[in-house]
Amino acid sequence: MTRSHAVFLVLILAISICEAASIFQPISDSYRSAALDLFKPVDGSFASLEETYEALRTFEILGINKKPDVSTATCGTVAKALGSLSSTPKDLFDALRVNSILKCKINAEVFEGIISRLQAAVSGASSLLDFYYSIGSLGLIKDQTSKADLYLSDAEGIFRSIKALSQSDGRWRYSSNNPESSTFAAGIALEALARVVSLASSEVDQSMIGTVKNDILKLFDSIEKYDDGAFYFDEKVVNVPEHSGPLSTSSSVVRGLTAFTTVATGSLNLPGDKILGLAKFFLGIGIPGDAKDFFNQIDSLACLESNRVSIPLILSLPSTVVSLTKKENLMVKVNTVLGSKAPSLTVKLVRAYSTSSKDTSIIENKELSFDPERVVYFLDALPDSVDVGSYIFVFKVVLHDSEHKDVYVTGTLTHVQIFMTGLIKTGNAEIAVLDNDLGSIETQRKLDLAGENAVSLSANHLQKLRLSFQLTTPRGSAFKPHQAFLKLRHETKVEHVFLVRNSGKKFEITLDFLGLVEKLFYLSGKYDIQLTVGDAVMENSLLSDIGYVDLDLPEAPEKAPRPPPQAVDPYSRYGPKAEISHIFRAPEKRPPQELSLTFSGLILLPFIGFLIGLIRLGVNLKNFPTSSVPATFAILFHVGIAAVLLLYVLFWLKLDLFTTLKTLSFLGVFLMFVGHRILSHLASASSKLKSA
Amino acid sequence: MARSTSKDAQALFHSLRSAYVATPSSLKIIDLYVGFAVFTAIIQVVYMAVVGSFPFNSFLSGVLSCVGTAVLAVCLRIQVNKENKEFKDLPPERAFADFVLCNLVLHLVIMNFLG
Repeated sequence: MTRSHAVFLVLILAISICEAASIFQPISDSYRSAALDLFKPVDGSFASLEETYEALRTFEILGINKKPDVSTATCGTVAKALGSLSSTPKDLFDALRVNSILKCKINAEVFEGIISRLQAAVSGASSLLDFYYSIGSLGLIKDQTSKADLYLSDAEGIFRSIKALSQSDGRWRYSSNNPESSTFAAGIALEALARVVSLASSEVDQSMIGTVKNDILKLFDSIEKYDDGAFYFDEKVVNVPEHSGPLSTSSSVVRGLTAFTTVATGSLNLPGDKILGLAKFFLGIGIPGDAKDFFNQIDSLACLESNRVSIPLILSLPSTVVSLTKKENLMVKVNTVLGSKAPSLTVKLVRAYSTSSKDTSIIENKELSFDPERVVYFLDALPDSVDVGSYIFVFKVVLHDSEHKDVYVTGTLTHVQIFMTGLIKTGNAEIAVLDNDLGSIETQRKLDLAGENAVSLSANHLQKLRLSFQLTTPRGSAFKPHQAFLKLRHETKVEHVFLVRNSGKKFEITLDFLGLVEKLFYLSGKYDIQLTVGDAVMENSLLSDIGYVDLDLPEAPEKAPRPPPQAVDPYSRYGPKAEISHIFRAPEKRPPQELSLTFSGLILLPFIGFLIGLIRLGVNLKNFPTSSVPATFAILFHVGIAAVLLLYVLFWLKLDLFTTLKTLSFLGVFLMFVGHRILSHLASASSKLKSA
Repeated sequence: MARSTSKDAQALFHSLRSAYVATPSSLKIIDLYVGFAVFTAIIQVVYMAVVGSFPFNSFLSGVLSCVGTAVLAVCLRIQVNKENKEFKDLPPERAFADFVLCNLVLHLVIMNFLG
């Protein structure tokens, strides 16, 4: 248990160290497996030709051999796209890009047809993307076929019309009627211009190339910077469709810059730290989870690796944790961004200083030795002044060949945080119970903190407990760890943590139980003693159960504080809660059905009696009107009453009060009318009878 | 004494019956109707006494429907009776119209209360 705790502690510290240091690692094997995960063809092909190109190009750059075979399915799509008359320049561009990698068999006549269409498209183009796709396609055709005579008819004119879309700050507009300028478009424009120069029949005017170079310099003035030395481009306008992130924007600029500097003669005076900063930006992203981002990252790094301005060299460390006890060497690697070998150079350690005291250097101006077998530079012997702790090492890369200094950029100084770790020696560890008044030692035990201990002590509230130990580094000096705690745990799981303080080499804590009785809640009994010593640079951080002390404390007075309730087990807190049972009102007792039915029948008895009585009385309908009009009214009157009663039944069964009242108002008016007519008729008839 | 009492009672009933025979038949119909309504109400009360008053609103509406219509019928009888000089000018048709209207209003409330 103790050991696993210590391992866990070291693991957490190691992780936090890894995150703290911001050094950039070149492309490694983890990228290769990530590429195979991200670019996965479905049924032997990718979703679109653009995606296919991105996948194939990424595989090509990373040198992946075991790539999925998509050539048969994709070549068919490419041939279809190239042969179709309805293909847009973008479709053709994507198809030709894929073909440049797959090298499918395409008929020469197919190319002839496309060339004439593209030439027409170039001369009729007005927007930047039209130029980009049609000129790009022509350039790809020239690369893929042996047609040396494929030229743009009016290269300088096209160059001028693309250049006309540029802005004074080095950014480009997508078309002449779109006032918004974009950094992404600048990258596209530079790529298109590079194609124009390579497709020109005669050399393009140097002054025009000069103005574009000027644009590039101005574009690099708007580059943005992170604190860790990474540079990137970002769009200033917000509502740019699709391309908006710093990654795609920077990637577009890098692609354009590389393409343009490849074809343009003469040097471009770009500051090397910005190129290096761009490389750091692409490397600092890590492995993106999106295929498009992954392609942009890898493709840009490949462009930087082969660009003609300056090739960045990345200084990286396989490990920023160096163990003094194991006599490990500090190793440094210098590679290009894609991880290939750097030219001959020397890595110098300019200075190294402790993070706590920045002014005093412990190492100055030391050259690192080179191990040609492992291709690493290493610091063979650390001076004795280097003890455990965290240090900042400042490295400088010096190229041997002066010609290389124009080609490569290494950055001025690289600051790296290094952790020197080691085994810390513990000694003179002892635990003692002292008498309070005299300070005389009653019992004393030696401890071996690295090993197992099982001390059993007993003390009362008039005594003291003293624990002391010493910590020394591998170099013999005093060591002050981040954490040094003593924990007392009572049988009832009540815990008390005490900080162990140091004076010089010696760590000591004295617990005076007389002053602690209240804090210990007057709980007598067995207390487990646990000592924790931990630090990031301490390889043997320890969490050690020393033993127990049996405390005899006085009875708790009335008003003594009660020990706090123990925290609930954190695992049970997230467990299932007790089920909630709902209590419903018990249904009322109902009488048996037979009884109810019997009474329903009984209700009929008075009615039958009523009918019999009527017959006995000799009731008749002789008074019913005989002439047709009053008879109709009489019938309608009875029907109306029946209708109202029926409405009441419906109201009882399903209707609501509002509907009922609405209907009742109509029926009532009707009933009043007919009722009035028939009753007044009867009244007049009876009065006539009387008077007669 | 006892004989004379029973005889007296017999004589009383006799005179009552002979007096009642003279009552107009329309009033007899109303009497029959009142009797019918009261008996129906009594049966419901007996039922309630047997099984308990659980759907109390239903019981109330049932009994009040009978009692209410019986009271209305009694009112109709008072108005229709020719002996009552008070309602001499009121035609019986008007009284019947009132009876019908009051019954309809009463039963609207009853139905609403029935549940």
